[in-house]
Amino acid sequence: MTAAPLLEVEHVTMRFGGLIAVNDLSFQAGRNSITAVIGPNGAGKTTLFNCITGFYRPQVGRMALHHPSGPVLLERLDDHRIAARGRVARTFQNIRLFTRMSVLENLIVAQHRTLMAASGFSLAGLLGLPVYRRAEARAVDKARFWLDKTGLAAFADDEAGSLPYGSQRRLEIARAMCTDPLLLCLDEPAAGLNPRESAELNRLLLDIRDEQRIGLLLIEHDMSVVMGISDRVVVLDHGAKIAEGTPDEVRRDPAVIRAYLGEPEDEEARPC
Amino acid sequence: MAGAVLAGALREALAAAVVAAGLALPLLGFRLVDSSQGLSLGTRLDWVAWAALAVGLGRFLLTLSRRLRPASPRHRPSAGAVPAQADRLRPWAGWALAGLAVTLPFLPFADRNLVDKATLVLIYVMLGWGLNIVVGLAGLLDLGFVAFYAVGAYSYALLSTGLGWSFWICLPLAGLFAAGFGVALGFPVLRLRGDYLAIVTLGFGEIVRVVLQNWQDLTGGPNGISAIPRPTLFGLRFAANAPEGHRTFADFFGLPFSGEHRVIFLYFVILGLALLTNLFTLRIRRLPVGRAWEALREDEIACRSLGLNPTNIKLSAFALGAMFAGFAGSFFATRQGFISPESFTFIESAVILAIVVLGGMGSQIGVVLAALLLVGLPEWFRDLQQYRMLAFGGAMVLIMLWKPSGLLSDRSPTIRLGDRR
Repeated sequence: MTAAPLLEVEHVTMRFGGLIAVNDLSFQAGRNSITAVIGPNGAGKTTLFNCITGFYRPQVGRMALHHPSGPVLLERLDDHRIAARGRVARTFQNIRLFTRMSVLENLIVAQHRTLMAASGFSLAGLLGLPVYRRAEARAVDKARFWLDKTGLAAFADDEAGSLPYGSQRRLEIARAMCTDPLLLCLDEPAAGLNPRESAELNRLLLDIRDEQRIGLLLIEHDMSVVMGISDRVVVLDHGAKIAEGTPDEVRRDPAVIRAYLGEPEDEEARPC
Repeated sequence: MAGAVLAGALREALAAAVVAAGLALPLLGFRLVDSSQGLSLGTRLDWVAWAALAVGLGRFLLTLSRRLRPASPRHRPSAGAVPAQADRLRPWAGWALAGLAVTLPFLPFADRNLVDKATLVLIYVMLGWGLNIVVGLAGLLDLGFVAFYAVGAYSYALLSTGLGWSFWICLPLAGLFAAGFGVALGFPVLRLRGDYLAIVTLGFGEIVRVVLQNWQDLTGGPNGISAIPRPTLFGLRFAANAPEGHRTFADFFGLPFSGEHRVIFLYFVILGLALLTNLFTLRIRRLPVGRAWEALREDEIACRSLGLNPTNIKLSAFALGAMFAGFAGSFFATRQGFISPESFTFIESAVILAIVVLGGMGSQIGVVLAALLLVGLPEWFRDLQQYRMLAFGGAMVLIMLWKPSGLLSDRSPTIRLGDRR
């Protein structure tokens, strides 16, 4: 379990004009484990995510993702290359599905690169060659696997935008997993979920960790999720790391309590 | 209750009538009278009154019918029984339309005039299908689509008059040139979306037209290019007499010569090209590229997060859409025998875009229906003479009231997990 870390973030700094959103931040996220990033609103959590997934490029710092074949330096890649070559997948705080496409199509689009290669850049696909049809059948099988996992199989042919909110969250996770990531970044996956849906989400995330053996990095305000499933917690405040450790260590850390939790026994500081 | 509804409807009707009167006064209220002292200004205020009255009455009835209807469902039909039914009807309707199109020239009521008009409609169907790739599938608003049409037309005209190449050799070349222009336009506008993209494409369309207009040496400027050769059927000419070493179509098949042969032949050429476009689009929608186009239309950021390269996706959409416009353009050139920059003004782009939007973005059959309406209907209305455009505009307004998101706006998934419904 304590093998080499999956993601190493070193001295990352991200400025917007005079505002320092992330300040000299270093932490590690392990393979086969769940790392939570918490902190008050405006602490720089989403900015950090956008740096890791390439939507922003940090001015300073190094972010290395350790593939089996060697490290990939994320700060040098464009966003779509990070997803494709870096094998980092993400979900969004305000869900970004392809709303007018069907649930299944959402999952097939996520496998675009595999299918594109199999379709011989559309030539084999246009001719309907068996090599492409087999690849498409495999893609559907993978989609079906994640539909079963997320309990969405019955809605496969429905418009993604017509799903209830909680299902849309799960679909976004399923779509990210269809890209075969090594690291899955979840931006507030439990936001807006009721307690039952939130418990389902916990089970899904633990399943992904244990069965797919990938790293999960999540931003979360819902402490029942953070304390329930995280292996490690990184606490940010004003763009800097103020604590890091297991959920129990963080819960007792005086700096964290001061900055964020308020009182020692306080369950959470849930924003609306 | 009923009184309040009535009063409200009256108020709205009055407001509409006042606006109509204000608009009609300068448009209808004055006319030039040709008298012995020269031209003088006459009035016809009765026309203004009639117009205001008609608008007010129409508004009154419309408001009344809306308010009195018991809680009509105003939302769009959700993914339920209606699209499923449409799914069942869709292939059937497509085949029926295709069958009608193939047999059209041989139907008893089909004369030369009808086939000629059908050819014109089919050109716009093909252009609509091409633009549908860019606007309907990839969601890139292109107001300069006519530029690619022009590139295709001039490619064929110049290659055939300059080098003497045949239509069938020039056709793929024209498509390639147009696709090249599509990529050339695509590169600078990669970062733009929505309104900004529309403005740049609009400018691109104008640039192409202005270049055609001013490059006298190559394009003949405003005089255009004339005497563009007609296509042949495997070397058989559609003419009364063939030059030395060639045969005519009528001669080869032992038919008496008739000008209709060429019209029908051209009709089948464009029908074939249009069906090819349709087949290609239907097919590519189910391939990764097509799904990526639609995904890009839905959410570009999500596409990036899934490892899709937006550059390639946009360029492929621009290139393929432009290619079909290029095909249509070279057909246009060979049909007319004469082209000039006047055929490629902004209004053409607007008509093609209107066809796509009116048909319901992304719908193939919708484009056919819209092309029939937008291109066929004005031809039909020619008997109405000066009221032609009024009837046309009225039809447009009615359609947009009745179907605000296009004639056929529901889409069916490109792949299904369950059994086909």
